[in-house]
Amino acid sequence: MDFSFSEEQTLLKDSVSRFVHNDYEFAARQKLVKSELGYSRDHWRTFAELGWLGVPFAEKDGGYGGGPLETMLLMEEFGKGLVVEPYVPTVLLAGALLRIAGKSAQKERYLPRIIDGSLQAAFAFAEPQGRFNLADLTTTAKKDGEDWLLEGYKCVVLNGPSADLLVVSARTTGAQRARTGVSLFLVDASAAGVSRRDYPTVDALRASEITFENVRLGKDAVLGRVGRALPVIEQAIDEATLAIGAEAVGCMEVLYKATVEYCKTREQFGQPIGKFQVLQHRMVDMFMEYEQSKSLMYMAAMRMAEGYGDEAKKAVSAFKVQVGKSGRFVGQNAVQLHGGMGMTDELNVGHYFKRLTTVDTLFGNVDHHLRRFGSL
Amino acid sequence: MNLELDAADRDFQAEVRAFIDAHWPDAARAQARDTVAREGRPSVVERAWFDALVARGWSVPHWPAAHGGANWSPTQHYIWARETAHADCPEMSPFGSRMLAPVLYTWGSPAQQAAHLPPIREARITWCQGYSEPGAGSDLASLTTRAVRDGDHYVVNGAKTWTSGAHHADWMFCLVRTDPHARKKQEGISFLLIDMRSPGIEIRPILILGEQHTVNGVTLNDVRVPLANRVGEENRGWTYAKGLLTHERTGIAGVARSQVALRRLRYLALANGLDDDDVFATKLDELEIELLALEMTELRTLATVEGGGAPGPESSILKIKGTEIAQRIDDLVIEALGYYALPYPAPQLIDNEGPIGPMNAVPAIRGMLYGRAASIFGGSNEIQKNIIAKAVLGL
Ligand SMILES: Cc1cc2nc3c(=O)[nH]c(=O)nc-3n(C[C@H](O)[C@H](O)[C@H](O)COP(=O)(O)OP(=O)(O)OC[C@H]3O[C@@H](n4cnc5c(N)ncnc54)[C@H](O)[C@@H]3O)c2cc1C
Repeated sequence: MDFSFSEEQTLLKDSVSRFVHNDYEFAARQKLVKSELGYSRDHWRTFAELGWLGVPFAEKDGGYGGGPLETMLLMEEFGKGLVVEPYVPTVLLAGALLRIAGKSAQKERYLPRIIDGSLQAAFAFAEPQGRFNLADLTTTAKKDGEDWLLEGYKCVVLNGPSADLLVVSARTTGAQRARTGVSLFLVDASAAGVSRRDYPTVDALRASEITFENVRLGKDAVLGRVGRALPVIEQAIDEATLAIGAEAVGCMEVLYKATVEYCKTREQFGQPIGKFQVLQHRMVDMFMEYEQSKSLMYMAAMRMAEGYGDEAKKAVSAFKVQVGKSGRFVGQNAVQLHGGMGMTDELNVGHYFKRLTTVDTLFGNVDHHLRRFGSL
Repeated sequence: MNLELDAADRDFQAEVRAFIDAHWPDAARAQARDTVAREGRPSVVERAWFDALVARGWSVPHWPAAHGGANWSPTQHYIWARETAHADCPEMSPFGSRMLAPVLYTWGSPAQQAAHLPPIREARITWCQGYSEPGAGSDLASLTTRAVRDGDHYVVNGAKTWTSGAHHADWMFCLVRTDPHARKKQEGISFLLIDMRSPGIEIRPILILGEQHTVNGVTLNDVRVPLANRVGEENRGWTYAKGLLTHERTGIAGVARSQVALRRLRYLALANGLDDDDVFATKLDELEIELLALEMTELRTLATVEGGGAPGPESSILKIKGTEIAQRIDDLVIEALGYYALPYPAPQLIDNEGPIGPMNAVPAIRGMLYGRAASIFGGSNEIQKNIIAKAVLGL
């Protein structure tokens, strides 16, 4: 057993940490999220220059050759700064699907552009009726000669507004929830028949509702094997789940520390409120929730690094259950202990709370992962 | 012991239902739901409802009959709260009708009562509560906004914060320090009624989570307030305000509101394919049982204050459990919404292009965010527990 990081991993963590610390101050972030684009192209270029956009890709594909541990370290630091640049949708979702299932021509076409920062992407998988079931699809793709015709509706597609490339899950055969018959397609976001409705999310990201009407796709648009995409999707989603969980751990760390600091300085009844034992115990609980989450984060990352199978899936689900519960507890109590200040849009605390709330929803909430844990 | 309503109460219930049907038709309900969150003033349909209440003598039923109250028994109040909540009837702003009015009819001068109670009863004037200050939240008695006598006026200087609705309010009831040298800090505080149009008042919006504008910072620079606008005696304001805080607490249990919210949540769960989800169903049932217990606890509290007195410190239970349950319902709403708990477009976008997804989840998200404040304001839940520990358990 070994809980230490390699020199290279430490360097990566430190460089992300420095960026968040020096260039991602909360006030600047708030300006960004209110801008037209919702994030910074300059930051994205910086990510490319520092090699972060290539972290999960193999060196032969032009990447950094990292894996789940590297992604975890990076995302935990992103979480501390509430980074809004679309790293998860572009690099970790669309990027992972290409990495896992792409033919070499597809990888050659897209990965270099993801890694150099010139391509934005999104994964359109969720549908209104499907909740967290990745196989529950009413979007269909039907053969038309050599081509495919894509038809359907996807909801809450993160980074939809900026994406040049959409990876879309669709049913090619079988019943609405069947595990087989699911396929993936690479769709140019500006293709005829693709229409979007863009909006901000409660945690200040950007997303879209996307309608596909008779979108004609060539045969090279198929990503992976026709009808056999579900395992690929599950793996990409599990990788991304680990990533946003790590982000949440970063959020929790900021929140418990900020709350401790606040309670040391805020005075009521002639003393710092941190002197009240009931608040001390609450902060101890917040701290413990953070530590427990961090432990399962390491477990999930190590299991994923060992290889993708039931052990890894189970560990990711366990981690997501813990993070969902802990994140809510820490987020809600950070607001509570800051009193009125915690409720303000001006202070960062409420924004971490909002992010922790949506992390619980993303890629399946506590109930979903509890059930998955039990079924594996 | 008997839980059944007697014949007279059943008649009353029928009367209330008929009244609601006549004056709060479905069309008004639908319209009100869409507009209520955006406006500080009653909308047209809400105005009509308040007017009907005033005409019937039911706008402020909990007041003493001499001032326009309805002389109801606790059971009747309970029936009223339940029926109006279940029909989504608009509520009068609590600041005038529930928080200030009891102070005025108990301690106000005849002139103050005559000037201020009728417009509150008729929902024609809105009030805000100027208690909290940047340095005085839970420890309210440490407030420093200063009022100094100058002839037949006070000159008021200081800063209030978190003042809900100050940007819509005509008047503010306010705690100020009149004697900075009092032996105990509670003893140097007075209760003033301040016209919000007075020169020297500045209102700064404070956005809360979800970019909602409900609260404000209010600064007072040499604001002149006539001595006649002081309620009761000088330096006795804390006693009046404390009496008023227990009134604030009873309304806060929100049993009927939570019952309605829970019922909506059950529909939402159905609509979101959670109908055969045992885990979720169990959570709803647990919540329902907690709410039943709270309802009975509230009824027991009401029974002990038969005749209209203020409830004792055990009423803190209502506030703690009431807010915990309401927040839990909000959390489950977010769970039920699945991915549609994420979109949060500006209201104009929805007005122009319609809701996102199968239902408009934005008000629910906004409500969840605002709902976090319920365990902070009106005496935080930690402070309520301190009260129970001290005043009930004698610790
Ligand atoms: C949305 C909103 C609307 C509001 N509207 C109004 C209004 O209209 N008018 C008005 O006057 N005020 C209003 N308030 C203010 C509200 O009453 C205060 O926020 C509240 O009294 C808490 O004070 P504080 O924010 O200064 O927190 P603090 O008092 O600083 O408390 C911070 C934390 O410490 C805890 N704490 C404090 N003392 C103790 C103790 N002795 N033991 C254990 N824990 C303790 C608190 O419970 C809280 O968790 C509003 C607040 C909000 C958020």
